Amino acid sequence: MAVLKVKFTKTNRDKLAQVLWILNWVSVVTGVILFSLGLFLKVEINKRWELMAERDLHYVPNMLIATGLIACGINFLGGKICYDCADTTKFLRWKLLMLPYVICTFFFTFCILVGALMCYGMRGELEEALDLGLRDAMRYYKDTDTPGRCFLKRTVDLLQIQFQCCGNFGFRDWFQIQWISNRYLDMSRREVVARLRSNVEGKYLMDGVPFSCCNINSPRPCIQHQITNSSAHFNYEYQTEELNLWRKGCRQALLEYYTHIMQSIGFTVLIIWLFELSVLTGVRYLQTSLENVLRQGDPDSESDGWLLENSFVETARSNFNIIKSLGKCNQIDTANNGDPNINVPSTAYYGPDNLPSKQIPMAS
Amino acid sequence: MVLLKLQFPLQRRVRLAQGLWLLSWLAVLAGAFTFSLGVYLKTELLRRAEVMDNTEIHVVPNILMLVGLVTMGINLFAGRVCQDSLDSARFPPWKPFLLPWYGLAWMVCVWLLSAVVLSYALQGHLEESLKVGLRNGIRFYRDTDVPGRCFQKETIDRLQMELRCCGNTNYRDWFEVQWISNRYLDFTSKEVKDRVRSNVDGRYLMDGVPFSCCNPGSPRPCLQNHLTDNTAHYNYEHQSEELNLYNRGCRQALVDYYMGLMNTIGPGILSVISLQISVLVSLRYLHTSLEGVDPENPEADSEGYILAKGVKETLMDVKTTVFKLLQFGQVEAGDEAEAGADGEKAAS
Repeated sequence: MAVLKVKFTKTNRDKLAQVLWILNWVSVVTGVILFSLGLFLKVEINKRWELMAERDLHYVPNMLIATGLIACGINFLGGKICYDCADTTKFLRWKLLMLPYVICTFFFTFCILVGALMCYGMRGELEEALDLGLRDAMRYYKDTDTPGRCFLKRTVDLLQIQFQCCGNFGFRDWFQIQWISNRYLDMSRREVVARLRSNVEGKYLMDGVPFSCCNINSPRPCIQHQITNSSAHFNYEYQTEELNLWRKGCRQALLEYYTHIMQSIGFTVLIIWLFELSVLTGVRYLQTSLENVLRQGDPDSESDGWLLENSFVETARSNFNIIKSLGKCNQIDTANNGDPNINVPSTAYYGPDNLPSKQIPMAS
Repeated sequence: MVLLKLQFPLQRRVRLAQGLWLLSWLAVLAGAFTFSLGVYLKTELLRRAEVMDNTEIHVVPNILMLVGLVTMGINLFAGRVCQDSLDSARFPPWKPFLLPWYGLAWMVCVWLLSAVVLSYALQGHLEESLKVGLRNGIRFYRDTDVPGRCFQKETIDRLQMELRCCGNTNYRDWFEVQWISNRYLDFTSKEVKDRVRSNVDGRYLMDGVPFSCCNPGSPRPCLQNHLTDNTAHYNYEHQSEELNLYNRGCRQALVDYYMGLMNTIGPGILSVISLQISVLVSLRYLHTSLEGVDPENPEADSEGYILAKGVKETLMDVKTTVFKLLQFGQVEAGDEAEAGADGEKAAS
C-alpha cells in the first residue's frame, strides 16, 4: 500500500520534469541567498567581537554558509537530472543515481531545518556572551594605556551612542566600577583619597557616567556627574528625570538587534526549507513514476508515482533489516560449525512428487 | 567643403544602425543614472536643510534631475529612429524631427557640463549658507522650549556626533554663546550672577561645550567645562590637548562632505556627456548617409558627414536664417503699410 500514490500520464511526467528543472534552478538561487545570509550573520557577529565573551557563536553562521554551498551543488545536480528526465533514454543514465540523490537531499533538507531552528535557539548563548562581554568592556573602559584593551573605551562609547543605551543593565552599572583611570586622578587632593578609601577595593567610584550615555533628546544640557544628588543641580529631580540619559541597557539593546536579525534569517531559512521540501517531493514522484514506466516497458504509458512503496512501518522495518544484514555480513554464521559450504537440505519445492534430488556422493 | 566625410557601404550603415541602437539604450540608462544621482544629491542636501540658510545650492541636483529625464526621452527617440532607419519606407517620417533633436541633444550636453561647473562654483555660496545656518543653530541651541526652535539642540547634537565636528569654525564658538537655558541656571547663586553681570548682554558665557563635542577616541574621560583653565583638571594642558574634543568645525566638515559627493558625481556626469555626444555624432552620420542613398539603388554606397559645409559657413548660414526669421515679422508689417499706401494712392 503505497504512500500518496498519484497517476502520471506521459505529458504529466514531461511537464513535471520541466517544472522541476526550473524549480531546481530557483533553488540554486535560494542556496546563494542562504550562503549570503550566513555570511552576513558572521560579519555582524565579528563586528562586535570585542563586546562578546568567548562563546562558540560561530557554529550558526558556519552551518548556514555550509548548507548554502551544498544547496547550490545539490540543486545544480538536480536541475541536470530533471532536465534529462524528460527523455526516457537519458533517464537510464541517471537511474542508479536517483535514489541515493533523493535520500541525500532528504537528509540535507533536514539540515536546513536544523539550521533554521539553531537561529532561533542561539539567543540564550548570545545573551550570556553579551552579558559577560559588556561587563568586561566596562571594567576595562579606563585601561586606554593597556595594549589589547586601549580601544575598548572608544568601542563602548560608540556603542552607547549608536544603540542609544547606557551600561550593561542600566546606567547604574557605571556607579559600581571605576571608569576614570588613575592617571587622571589627583591623588594629592583630599576628596579623591577619601573616595578611594571609602570602599574595600580602593576604587574611585562615583555617581557619574561617561558622556556617551547622554540623551540627545533631553531639553537641558547633559548632567553626567552627581546624578543621584538632586541638590547638586538647579531644577533637577533625580527620580523624575527621564530624558537626561539613555534608559535602556546595552545588553538589551544589542540583544534586540541581534534577535531581530536572527529571527528574520530564521524565517527566511524556514521558507527556503519548505521550498526545498516541495522540490524534493516533486523529484521523488518523478523518480518513482519513471522507474515504474521502465518496469512496465512502454515509455508512453501511464504510471504510478508515490512517496514510499509500502507504508511507513513496512519501509522502516525493511530498511532496518537491510541495515541489520549489512552488519551481519562480517559475522560468521555459527549454525553450521562456522563452515558456510556445508550442504544443508533446503525445503524448496522441486516437482510434482516433491522428491529431493539425489545427493552428490562425496569422493572418498 | 564637407566636415569629416566618411564612406558608408551598406554593411557599414547596417552596423552603424545596430551600434547606435545599443548606444541609445545605454544612454537611456545613463539618463536614469543621472536622474538618480540628482535625487540622491537632493536628499543629502535636504537632510541637513536645518543648518543651511538658503537653497541656492539646490540648483545643481535640480538640473541633474531635469536633464536626466530629458536624456532618457531623447535617447528613447534616437533608439526608435535607428530601428526604423534601415527601412526606406519608415525612415522619412522621422526626418523633420532630427534637426530639433540635434539642438536638444546639444542643450543636454551643455546643461550637464554647466551642472558640473556650478557644483564647484557654488562652493563659496554653500559655505556662506552653512556659516549663517550653523550660527543660528548654535545661538538657538538652548531654546528647547520655544516652538519652531525646539529641535535645534537635537539637530546640532546629532550633527556634531555624526560628522565628528564641534562648533561653526571650531569649538571656541561655544564660548561666545549662552547655550544653557536660563531655566536651568540658579539665579540665586553668586557665581551665576557674577558671570551674567560680567558681560554687556547679560549672557551666561562659559568656557565649556556641550557633550556632543566629545571625542570618543580620547584616552581620558571627556572634559567639557573649564576648558581653558589648566588648573581645573589634573594632568591637563589646554594648548597641547588634541584628542579631548573634535578639532574640526562643522562648517568645514559639511563643506568637505558635500564637495566629496560632488567630486564623486563629477566623473559620472562627464561620462554621461561623452556617451550623449557619441549618440549625437552616430545619429548624424546615419541620417546623412541615408539621405545620400540613391532611391533606385538602395544598396549602394553613400557618404556621411557631420556638416554639409565647413563650420564657419554653417554658422553664417544659421545666422542668416535666424535674422530672416527675426526680420520676417518686421518685413510683413512694412509690406502691409506699403500695400495700404499703394491702395490709397491708387484710390486717390
